[in-house]
Amino acid sequence: MNTPTLNAGRITALGRCELTLLVRNRATLTLALLMPLLMVFVLRSSLGGAEGARAVGEATLTGGIGMVLLLVVHMNLVSAYVARREELVLKRLRTGEASDLEILAGTALPAAALALAQIAVLAVAGAVALDVRMPQNPLLLVAAVLAGVLMLAALSAVTSSFTRTVETAGLTTLPLFLATVLGSGLFAPTDALPDLAASLCELLPLSGVMTLVRAGWSGGAESGDLLGAALTALAWIMISVFAVQRWFRWEPRR
Amino acid sequence: MTDTVIKARDLRRGYTGGFEAVRGVSFSVARGEIFALLGTNGAGKTSTVELLEGLAAPSGGQVRVFGLDPLTRRAEVRPRTGVMLQEGGFPSDLSVAETVRMWGGVTTGARPAAEVLELVGLAARSSVRVKQLSGGERRRLDLALALLGRPEVLFLDEPTTGMDPEGRRDTWALVRELREQGTTVLLTTHYLEEAEELADRLAILHEGELVLSGTPAEVTATRPARIRFTLPEGVPAARLPLTLRAAAFGQRVEIRTERLQEDLTELLGWAREDGVQLTGLDARSASLEEAFLEIAQNRRGAGDRTEDMMAGTR
Repeated sequence: MNTPTLNAGRITALGRCELTLLVRNRATLTLALLMPLLMVFVLRSSLGGAEGARAVGEATLTGGIGMVLLLVVHMNLVSAYVARREELVLKRLRTGEASDLEILAGTALPAAALALAQIAVLAVAGAVALDVRMPQNPLLLVAAVLAGVLMLAALSAVTSSFTRTVETAGLTTLPLFLATVLGSGLFAPTDALPDLAASLCELLPLSGVMTLVRAGWSGGAESGDLLGAALTALAWIMISVFAVQRWFRWEPRR
Repeated sequence: MTDTVIKARDLRRGYTGGFEAVRGVSFSVARGEIFALLGTNGAGKTSTVELLEGLAAPSGGQVRVFGLDPLTRRAEVRPRTGVMLQEGGFPSDLSVAETVRMWGGVTTGARPAAEVLELVGLAARSSVRVKQLSGGERRRLDLALALLGRPEVLFLDEPTTGMDPEGRRDTWALVRELREQGTTVLLTTHYLEEAEELADRLAILHEGELVLSGTPAEVTATRPARIRFTLPEGVPAARLPLTLRAAAFGQRVEIRTERLQEDLTELLGWAREDGVQLTGLDARSASLEEAFLEIAQNRRGAGDRTEDMMAGTR
């Protein structure tokens, strides 16, 4: 990859095209719009009972944010990158003026925007319907969500390079989905796990981001934990960006 | 001295697995010239062009476009080049107009969509989805995108493959028009007619090597001209003047010569003196096609023998 230049006009042009494609692909669009909603309900019913209503509400919302990141950013983008690569669109784009980073960012734009919009809706709807406090540290929450979007965009690009067809994207996105759902505290706090397992879980890609999201919403986290979470997130972002530069495939295997 | 726009020096491109598709290719293209890379399928045309376009790094040698490395100086080279890949990539769910608009968004100084679609004859199809276009129409769309930024250098990889004869002629006319306006064009083709029609200079690639290059006239001049006729019954080929390098197949005779006019004069003089009727007389300079086929066949020789043996054991 060359020097990372970013031209907003070019990214917007690519993003607009990608948005048109997303809207025209009914199945993907429906999945992206309805799945997070469905998962929030599943989360709520599985979390229900044990603790107070407010805690359940907050866990549902922060878990919902994780779900949106996984379903809307990750799953969507892996399919998008694979589809554009297999249609030789990425190769064709590289003959033009857009830089590699602009091509990747432009393609990711609609999924990222959709995810952010859904998270905003989730926050407002949650505050109204679930009787949850407004986020205690909105800045931290926003930063955590943006870091999550960035990391997942990069991880999606990496995942796409070992995904041969759009159909197999469902399979290749599964490991990260399961690891996050089970290990990053989406459904249940990892505190319940044995110490060693819990420590390992904290190192999973989205664990840091999710810790920061929870801290941003509910507050009350120790600064040591926050620092660890931030470092984990940063490390994963750096690893995935490196992996994209190293392994991203711009054209189909022949 | 003319302004050299594209320069390839001892270019090599190897693929994982050890196959070397380009083996030491050198040539240069001057500003305003149409240069054709000719070759059979698998000769290394696309592998070479992709290096010139800056899509991949050569495993050896050097490419310069406007004196710059098209791979590492991408940001400076791309705004001045237009590329048509052998296989274009467009999202199939976008319409023609949407595709052009998207491409316009990543191109400096882009022509208006209507203008460029008019140029390639796709104006009437602008609201059609890409997946509904015919193969030839897709090539036209691809060409439209390559022309969008008014490039100084145009790379066309088999631009007319899949086009009907009319589309092919339209494209040729357009390429000539672009040259009139000073555009440098590098095209690959396996249609000899296309190279003959368009190219100021051409190079023949075979198995990754440049075997011949020059103007179409120079290239054909390297091959002997040919005279063919049939002798009447009772006139053996042995009676032909000895200076003619004649090969006889029964009564049918073929003469290959680098001095077509002199040999033809001698043949016709002899025929008049001896009162011999030459039926089916045909004399012609070598065509590009003959030059091309001859190269392909001669070169194949060694490699094919093993293939034939393998075919025999099958």
